Amino acid sequence: MAQAHAPDSSKYYLPHSSPWPIFASVSVFTIMVGAVVYLNDWTGLWSLIPGFALLFLMFICWFHTVIGENEHGSYNLQVDRSFRMGMMWFIVSEVMFFGAFFGALFYARILSVPWLGGRGVRFFTHYLLWPSFEGTWPTNGPAHIGGNAGNFSIVPAFGLPAINTLVLLSSGVTVTIAHHALRTGRRGMLLVFLAATFLLGFTFVGLQAHEYGEAYRELGLRLSTGIYGSTFFMLTGFHGFHVTIGATMLFIIWLRSLRGHFTPQRHFAFEAVSWYWHFVDVVWLGLFIFVYWL
Amino acid sequence: MAEHAHAPAAVVHEHEEHDHKPHGWKRWVYATNHKDIGTMYLVFSGLMFLIGGSFAMVIRAELFKPGMQLVDPQLFNSMTTMHALFMIFGAVMPAWTGLANWLIPMQIGAPDMALPRLNNMSFWILPFAFTLLFCTLFVPGGAPAGGWTMYAPLFVQTGDAFPMTIFAIHMMGASSILGAINVIVTIMNMRAKGMGLLRMPLFVWTWLITAFLLIAAMPVLAGAVTMLLTDHYFGTTFFAATGGGDPIMFQHIFWFFGHPEVYILILPAFGVVSEIIPTFSRKPLFGYETMVYATASIGFLSFIVWAHHMFVTGIPLAGQLFFMLSTMLIAVPTGVKVFNWTATMYKGSLSFEPPMLFALGFLFMFTIGGFSGLMLALVPADYEYHGTYFVVAHFHYVLVPGAVFAIMGAVYYWLPKWCGNMYDMRLAKWHFWLSAIFVNVLFFPQHFLGLAGMPRRIPDYPVQFTDWNMVSSLGGFAFGLSQFLFPYIIWKCIRSGERATGRVWESAHGLEWELPSPAPYHSWGEPPSEALIARGAAH
Repeated sequence: MAQAHAPDSSKYYLPHSSPWPIFASVSVFTIMVGAVVYLNDWTGLWSLIPGFALLFLMFICWFHTVIGENEHGSYNLQVDRSFRMGMMWFIVSEVMFFGAFFGALFYARILSVPWLGGRGVRFFTHYLLWPSFEGTWPTNGPAHIGGNAGNFSIVPAFGLPAINTLVLLSSGVTVTIAHHALRTGRRGMLLVFLAATFLLGFTFVGLQAHEYGEAYRELGLRLSTGIYGSTFFMLTGFHGFHVTIGATMLFIIWLRSLRGHFTPQRHFAFEAVSWYWHFVDVVWLGLFIFVYWL
Repeated sequence: MAEHAHAPAAVVHEHEEHDHKPHGWKRWVYATNHKDIGTMYLVFSGLMFLIGGSFAMVIRAELFKPGMQLVDPQLFNSMTTMHALFMIFGAVMPAWTGLANWLIPMQIGAPDMALPRLNNMSFWILPFAFTLLFCTLFVPGGAPAGGWTMYAPLFVQTGDAFPMTIFAIHMMGASSILGAINVIVTIMNMRAKGMGLLRMPLFVWTWLITAFLLIAAMPVLAGAVTMLLTDHYFGTTFFAATGGGDPIMFQHIFWFFGHPEVYILILPAFGVVSEIIPTFSRKPLFGYETMVYATASIGFLSFIVWAHHMFVTGIPLAGQLFFMLSTMLIAVPTGVKVFNWTATMYKGSLSFEPPMLFALGFLFMFTIGGFSGLMLALVPADYEYHGTYFVVAHFHYVLVPGAVFAIMGAVYYWLPKWCGNMYDMRLAKWHFWLSAIFVNVLFFPQHFLGLAGMPRRIPDYPVQFTDWNMVSSLGGFAFGLSQFLFPYIIWKCIRSGERATGRVWESAHGLEWELPSPAPYHSWGEPPSEALIARGAAH
């Protein structure tokens, strides 16, 4: 019954066993141990290197296997659907992860900072501990936490962040054009617009890095600048990290397109990456509105 | 559904592996087979149950009489924290995932899980995560002692164990999320033609809803512990008022995860009991569809009740009222379930094999835990009970004779299907009766202690609490000892025993009972016929 070389949808496909999943678990463990020994001051930051090296190697090997099997024509439509659903629910879990940090932002702005400023039910905290604190946003709290003598200013929304919004939204358009090109078999257009997408993605990351530098050097805005700095850097930081991953995946998809991978009908990897890209896009819109603008 | 148009007819094994099993250590370390991975999950869960249980024995030994005798307060607090983390994330959750692995493909007519390699990774992260957590016992400052709820600011003061605990939780969370994705994809994409959603066995349904809860809740926990980590090491002030944050905010984020989490622990138990009771009542389950809707309602409600853990933190009155009422609403779908199980038994032809005994134990004792939960949901009453042994008694009633009894019942129900042999019924009944008696000796007196005002998480107590603590400790030791019967019965059953038939229990319904015992390595190489599916769906 084993006709492994044709994507036959009338048969179940079961992958052969693989060393890469356990390799992945070992890499994650190595990263975690590296982070533990670094954070406990037992070693320097180098302790993270072995874990990330293993993880990098694992990704190459595992994807090599899967891409090979796919190009070999082993996967049928059922496998394709499993992959799609898996990616979709993975993105849902990512949304919930960002939800925790957005929740922290809203809680601070709507509840804890006004309470500390004497509004609502927590009047006595304000009256007894910090009577001079006015609960306005942005804030680094009643103790004026952070360097620069507690003084800081924020990144204005309609400067670099607005440009970044434009960059990321255009990349959402280019990836959609690339997708249409792939589906209609126009490979040249696919390559050009996919390249534009990841270049826009890396441009975004570059601009964001520039903005961080400015915040630290000139604005006095740091991770330790009270609740504003905490929510600002954690939200934009995790987002920037996701954009970096997304842009890297787009780059890999582009390399695969160069080598002639994907057909107008079957291109799960392309779609998964573009979903992921739209996801980081939407998160950015939330960030632009709630972190930078309002 | 559309995917049924493509329902496959046979298994294709790449590299022509056919049905023979891989041999040696690679079979387990590189495993992609749902039964092998399910077995590893269950064995791992048993091991964690043993370790977490031994932590509990330390707690009960220290509390046997007033005064400090065995451990210092720091280690005592570590024991309560580690006991909870090992039992929740190490024993109960992996046991459910192990059962899901074994059963879901068999029950929906699939050859395996949808994403077998991901499955391997979901499992193999866990031993590493728990190695990290276990090692905290030996680092400077000792194991985490701030409680499994990790409340800021107390927990942020943990010593070198702090990042180890946080990263262990990140790994457990990743494992759960990947496992949940696999379960959802398997159920949505791998059902045999004819296995409609409302034909699925209730274990599959409850696990599907559990998987949604996992995907929505676990990332929030990851976010919460990440904020703890940055508060400790990188100068953020999410949970410090000096910077404009709020320690109570941690509790909100934690319990937004934490309350769905308790339903993650119990929903699959509802599924198991809904399978066992009809079999041994020789009647179809009463109200199948209402069971499905009740489970979905509980899943939804579990996301809007979290602040009932925080009534005494001074949250606004409007918040207290909302969370009190939403919490009480959960009693409605839960009541539907208890009613349906009881109605299933009504005028049934009952017999009391070990799985049925555990299911009945579940029914009675989980309901006791449910009622004490209703008492805790009342804001004014909770002011009295909060932080006392009454709370400890409440959640142990829903978790031990609730979730753990359901896991044991499930093992006794499906074990003959897995290994092909019947087990020693007499010994298994002993296991049930010893467990059922001593679990009550262990936890029932804790209600009295709590109502009399004994606080939880304290290694010492005034003399007036001595009697019931002694009773509780004796019950604890006896309950702990009785559990050694369980691995012995399973071991004996795997090695020898009367051959089991395919059906195993005379009126068992469902696709897994249409397979021979032991079930073939890949359950349904050929999808089951629609007639077979119709026969399996007894409701």
